[in-house]
Amino acid sequence: MGITFRKETFRDDFTFRNSPEHIRRFPFPFHEDSYMYAVNIEPHVVGPKGSVLENLIDVDEHYVAEMQDRALVLAEDPLRCQSLPHMTLAGWDLLELLMEQQALGYPEHFTLTRDGDRWRWINRPLGIDDTFTFGDTSTLPYGPMEYITRQSQGDFCILDQRDGNLWMDAGMVTTQADWSLDFDIGMNFFEWHAPVPLAHEKGIFTRALKFLTNIQQGKPARRLNWTMTINPRLDTSPENYHKWGPDRATVTPENVGDKVHLRVELQSFWRLPRSNGIVFPIRCYLIKMDELVTQPKWARRLHRVIRDLPEELANYKGLTRYRPTLVEWLSKLDDGSATSPGFGPD
Amino acid sequence: MSTGTTKLDVVVSDVVPVNELVTRFHFRRRDGELLPTFSGGAHVVVEMRDGERTRLNPYSLMGSPLDTSEYTISVRRDDVGRGGSLFMHRSVKPGLEMVISYPVNLFSLDLRARKHLMLAGGIGITPFMAQTAQLAGEGGNFELHYTCRTASLGTYADVLRERYDRRVRLYHDDRGERIDLERLLSSQPLGTHLYVCGPAGMINWVRDRASALGWPQETVHFEHFAAPQPGLPFDVTLAVSGKNIRVGEQQSLLEAIEAAGVDPPYLCRGGVCGQCETNVISYDGNFIHNDHWLSEEDHRSGCKIMPCVSRFEGKSLVLER
Repeated sequence: MGITFRKETFRDDFTFRNSPEHIRRFPFPFHEDSYMYAVNIEPHVVGPKGSVLENLIDVDEHYVAEMQDRALVLAEDPLRCQSLPHMTLAGWDLLELLMEQQALGYPEHFTLTRDGDRWRWINRPLGIDDTFTFGDTSTLPYGPMEYITRQSQGDFCILDQRDGNLWMDAGMVTTQADWSLDFDIGMNFFEWHAPVPLAHEKGIFTRALKFLTNIQQGKPARRLNWTMTINPRLDTSPENYHKWGPDRATVTPENVGDKVHLRVELQSFWRLPRSNGIVFPIRCYLIKMDELVTQPKWARRLHRVIRDLPEELANYKGLTRYRPTLVEWLSKLDDGSATSPGFGPD
Repeated sequence: MSTGTTKLDVVVSDVVPVNELVTRFHFRRRDGELLPTFSGGAHVVVEMRDGERTRLNPYSLMGSPLDTSEYTISVRRDDVGRGGSLFMHRSVKPGLEMVISYPVNLFSLDLRARKHLMLAGGIGITPFMAQTAQLAGEGGNFELHYTCRTASLGTYADVLRERYDRRVRLYHDDRGERIDLERLLSSQPLGTHLYVCGPAGMINWVRDRASALGWPQETVHFEHFAAPQPGLPFDVTLAVSGKNIRVGEQQSLLEAIEAAGVDPPYLCRGGVCGQCETNVISYDGNFIHNDHWLSEEDHRSGCKIMPCVSRFEGKSLVLER
């Protein structure tokens, strides 16, 4: 039994929805009733069946629509996908990782067969059946990173590791929460994190870098991050701020449930074997308030988290303008009763 | 979260004497599958079960990263070391089942380099065996300068000359041949990266000269392959786990901690990666710091120790483990 892929949009008429099963598997990011930064990194191991961690690279009902949205973004702005010249080998590493993981997790949708360096890749949802020579860029229609990330949900940053630092030297970034690959390309870990408030003072980035540079092959790690987005728009890039920025002024008490979305990033970190680089997939999950509050525990907890969020974080995440409206709306769903520990719904 | 590596169950598939000091060991997976892909410069940690004792030593992978049907390492016999290399030479035979770690690369190529200039001393040749194979496969630009004591101790010199011809230059100590470092470092094209692996004296010499000649720090890469040194036994209290342990003459502090059932994280076991850094709670005596990780200030402070390579002499040592 395969996944039934939805026909939906992340722009214009915004027909994106989660099915009831996908609401329950949503990676709700708050394990308690408040939120503050922490180095919340854990081993990226397979989780419970029916969760987004059932496979290490998750494919869900939004796959086909997300890939179509990515193609639209790239047609308008090819600089969303960049790879500096020394990163081609890492691109092959990533191609191998994503083909292997998708074929392993979803054999009814993806098949990889290898005969030495002669590989055949079948992607049924997107109608692709390509045979190519691993390592020979001329045998693919795009570079290896672009080829496979046009067929994989989530953004991908490939980080080169050198001089005790990580460098953003390649990536496919079309579903980002207000940052730009074109701006960050070539920057190191501290440079691209410079705008984040509070965390530097806590020494979080120094510790995180130390951890990341020691990520080992065969032992990926993960963390969750979150923000909020008005309308289910995947491409909330600085380049397109004029398209989505004004949306934040459109939130009213009547449309909160439909317009306001919790946006959760499942970030994972993998050592790449040939290039010794790190790939950092940033997988974006969206859920509208109307869908989220079908789980009463999540409604109560989200109310408390958003209400008590420090001002700097609310600003950084771009919530300031509609926070009072959202908190007021959520407060009606919070009877003050206790929430159970852990992330999952009751 | 522990950052130790995942283990691989392997069998010794071949043991090949290379010269009077060096023997090569081949490993395959016991389940017949391919080994994980690796990058040139990577090492594995080999677990040596020698009766009651377990030693864990890092060795560079020296095969081609393009061939993962087997891993190969070369071990130089060290008659005055802690016995790890002697165990490998005397007790490891084809068919023996062993456990090794996943590959870890702490001596990676900088793939931005327009040219890779490699300097090897003695057994320091091993990581370059894999790196040259990787670069040759991709049409990369490299040049290798290899110093050895005598022609017969020039491990793999013949193989390298045959594979890469003039890209390999040999220097024999017994013939008085020396790398003209000054000239070599002054005549490289812009964008060259320098890699050095060999005895500590050679690494320091190359780094100093490169620095004096204005090579940017980021273009100079080096790997110390210092094994833990033996020393006098000493006693340690592990405060967190509430254990008192004795570190034997031929044992490293890290191995003694592990033997007591405590598992600190580790990667290199050679004093460079920083993973096993341990806080000192109190001490009465002197540290013998052998690592390349802690700063001189850290060494003087008496607050930290790298248990993979460093030792202690004195009355008492209490660690936060």
